Amino acid sequence: MAAKVFGSAIRRREDPRLITGTATYTDDLTLPGTLHAVILRSPHAHARIKRIDTAKARKADGVVAVYTAADTDAVLKPMPCAWLIPNSELKIAAYPQLAKDVVRYVGDCVAVVVAENRYQAQDAVDLIDVDYEPLPPVVNPQTAAATGAVQIHADIPGNQAFHWTVAGGDVDAAFAKADVIVRDRIIQQRLIPTAMEPRATLARYVAATGELTVWNTTQNPHILRFLGSLITGVPEDKLRVIAPEVGGGFGSKIAAYPGEFLAIFASMKLGRPVKWTETRRENYQATTHGRDHVQDVELAATKDGKVLGLRCTVWAGMGAYLSTAAPGIPTILHGLMLSGPYNVPAVKEDVYGIYTNTTPVEAYRGAGRPEATFMLERMLDKLSDKVQIDPVEIRRRNLLPPFDNGCAVVTGLSYDSGNYENALNKALDHIKYKDLRAEQARLRKEGRYLGIGVCPYVEICGLGPSQVAGAVGFQGGLWESAIVRFHPSGKVHVFIGASPHGQGEETTFAQIVSDELGVSVDDVKIVHGDTDNTPMGWGTYGSRTTAVGGAALATAVRKIKDKAKALTAHLLEAAPEDIDYKDGSFFVKGTPARAKSIQEIALLANVAWNLPAGMEAGLEATSFYDPPNFVYPFGVHVAVVEIDGDTGEVQLKRYVAVDDCGPQINPMIVEGQVHGGVVQGVGQALWEGAVYDDSGQLVTGSLLDYAIPRADLLPDIDVLSTVTKSPHHPLGVKGIGEAGTIASTAAVYNAVIDALEPFGVDNMTMPLTAERVWRAMQR
Amino acid sequence: MKLPVNIKINGVAVQREVEPRLLLVHFLRDLPGLTGTKVGCDTSQCGACTVLVDGLATKSCTRLAVQADGSTITTIEGLAQDGKFHQMQESFWAKHGLQCGFCTPGMILTSVAMLERSPKPTAENVRHGLEGNLCRCTGYQNIVRAVCDAAAAGAR
Repeated sequence: MAAKVFGSAIRRREDPRLITGTATYTDDLTLPGTLHAVILRSPHAHARIKRIDTAKARKADGVVAVYTAADTDAVLKPMPCAWLIPNSELKIAAYPQLAKDVVRYVGDCVAVVVAENRYQAQDAVDLIDVDYEPLPPVVNPQTAAATGAVQIHADIPGNQAFHWTVAGGDVDAAFAKADVIVRDRIIQQRLIPTAMEPRATLARYVAATGELTVWNTTQNPHILRFLGSLITGVPEDKLRVIAPEVGGGFGSKIAAYPGEFLAIFASMKLGRPVKWTETRRENYQATTHGRDHVQDVELAATKDGKVLGLRCTVWAGMGAYLSTAAPGIPTILHGLMLSGPYNVPAVKEDVYGIYTNTTPVEAYRGAGRPEATFMLERMLDKLSDKVQIDPVEIRRRNLLPPFDNGCAVVTGLSYDSGNYENALNKALDHIKYKDLRAEQARLRKEGRYLGIGVCPYVEICGLGPSQVAGAVGFQGGLWESAIVRFHPSGKVHVFIGASPHGQGEETTFAQIVSDELGVSVDDVKIVHGDTDNTPMGWGTYGSRTTAVGGAALATAVRKIKDKAKALTAHLLEAAPEDIDYKDGSFFVKGTPARAKSIQEIALLANVAWNLPAGMEAGLEATSFYDPPNFVYPFGVHVAVVEIDGDTGEVQLKRYVAVDDCGPQINPMIVEGQVHGGVVQGVGQALWEGAVYDDSGQLVTGSLLDYAIPRADLLPDIDVLSTVTKSPHHPLGVKGIGEAGTIASTAAVYNAVIDALEPFGVDNMTMPLTAERVWRAMQR
Repeated sequence: MKLPVNIKINGVAVQREVEPRLLLVHFLRDLPGLTGTKVGCDTSQCGACTVLVDGLATKSCTRLAVQADGSTITTIEGLAQDGKFHQMQESFWAKHGLQCGFCTPGMILTSVAMLERSPKPTAENVRHGLEGNLCRCTGYQNIVRAVCDAAAAGAR
């Protein structure tokens, strides 16, 4: 019998290969005869291509081929958009793999050079002569939406990709009867995901068989196979996508990109393996960004702080083209979460998706939900200030009461379970909120500026029911699958469709199997990331791998258990309903001494010498799990900052995260997800921001200029939890991957504004750099 | 033009003739095939390419292979000895100091060099010592725990 491991902080089995440098990421792979591709990218944000001269490049040392749109256009289909949000007048601009007549952002692909090594390819890229006629660019979404703005796509007037609305309750009546209305203009600045591993592809096409193998840094190999088949014309059965070790994604490795298709194209043309690996500068210019909202928000309330309604208009910058899942992010994943964990009787939001001459946006950790949480939390702090009621008390007065099996909210969603005030109390007790307020008052007298931000949140994840996916225009399903296979020796292989890339499911999924069937966790191997040997799955994003893939696994394991019971009954000459299971053993009720272990059953099922009539040989089960609802993790985060009165520098002094993702399979991994998520959100509040100048140049084009959080800038985070089971998940679990990011930006921002209360500052643009804070203090 | 380069890498002498412009990180990855060393940024901010050159933590993406001629280099592949993990590797594993693993080789080697200089650092010392290495997954907290744990276990 194996020790119970569900809920224990066992070490990750992923780690031995990662700490020894023996893990294999895409760029670590080189096949015999591999060629190297380098992409020529547009230096202009908006320009007409008058002429491309590749003659010199073609003659350069080591160059095998140079391709432009004239070559690729006849072979590769344009990049598809796969989230067609309904009732939104969606207009999808043509998104060619290589720009044809016009380039539309700095980083747009213009040509590709293939050479014997990457240095030669880069040399030759520099020899391509492109004659551009610069056109005026537009980079701000609200400006791009204004009358008379530069038109980016000839067939899309007003640069409007879509206009989506969500409404519930009578918002006009709410505002008409309000005692107080608070308003704000919020800039959710554009962020650069910055997975530490840049994107890469190795493509091998074998003309003799028509088979294409693609190693790629993807979060969703099966989706890439599906889209790749549509783009290249290689049938899905001949296209194998492998996501080897993937070095973080955070949403930026969901989309399909021209990079992989140019490598694939070259391999198909040349009959040799072709590798393409982006530089960090390319990653910043041409791998998707996140956020980029201009939000006008107003909130109606009574004078005793009860929220009556929320009304907002959002201009969401989409970049020059619509990335794979982009339209769903500022709409479905944002607008439907507008009421958060609160009772908000009426909401109305208009979201305008706008093309700009910038890098396409996509999901970025939290994806729509941080932008909703921030909006609401900002408004509640403004309301607190206006009616002079403590911000925590304002929240208490509006939080939804506890529920354990469904709560319908104003946007039409039904949250699964929640106990928000419990999490709030836990966070406040831990940080000693009252004492903290007293300390704040005391320090202010000494001219020191402490600020406190308290952020309850609820998020939607575990995407999600496929029927809902279809109804909201997602061009795929959102179920997951798992195959559990017992070998004769009792060891287990699990094949999953999801594709973790740092989240640790090789460990947590083994814990699920171990706990349900009593095999040692070390006897279970989780296989993922290769479309030729894993069942279909829709990818790892939206905190869905454990929430949906884990459910598929649990369901498959329970099928195994049923079969094992049936076989045990046959062998012990009992009725199947008389068989009990405990800790890896199957036995007739009341006689545990005569038991069959799961290992014995695995052997007997595999040798199949004596099976009951009609039972198939082997001990294996497959499950496809389509969740009946999303899951809704929640929590409360508290940030404490101090501002240097002389320099404006913000120091994050304390951070408490109380998160509820249901029962935790591995608390160590949950804690790690919270740490990383929180810090990414802190990055948005304090340091990060993609900056384009008016000519459309990405000023923050490398890690020299774009500030992701560093170790020396952060305090330790106190991670606590409450446990509220999801009523519909077979294990009761929810997701935790994005929670930290969803809460922390608002918590830290509100803390800074709170610290600046003596200066009358109630709005600043993120990131809250020392200079911005100092200037605000001088206002 | 090619120049001869002799480097002792993880105890093995590696001799090649290379273009003067070849970056050390590409030398390590492409010639002896030591792909444990990663390229994360090209501008020496992220530290994923950190290796020990004559014992000093060095960002190999901003050094030419020819500049390392005659040196002794330890990469992540050379850290474990006789099939036994270095204490720093053990501590990163025990304290969940990694998620996607891409920054990990550089983090571990930087931390090894840090403890060589300062065997008993405080958590704050460790945070400062790691400011040249970026991680996007962990929020650093468990990396700091891991380095402190390794120090407490006497790692050098």
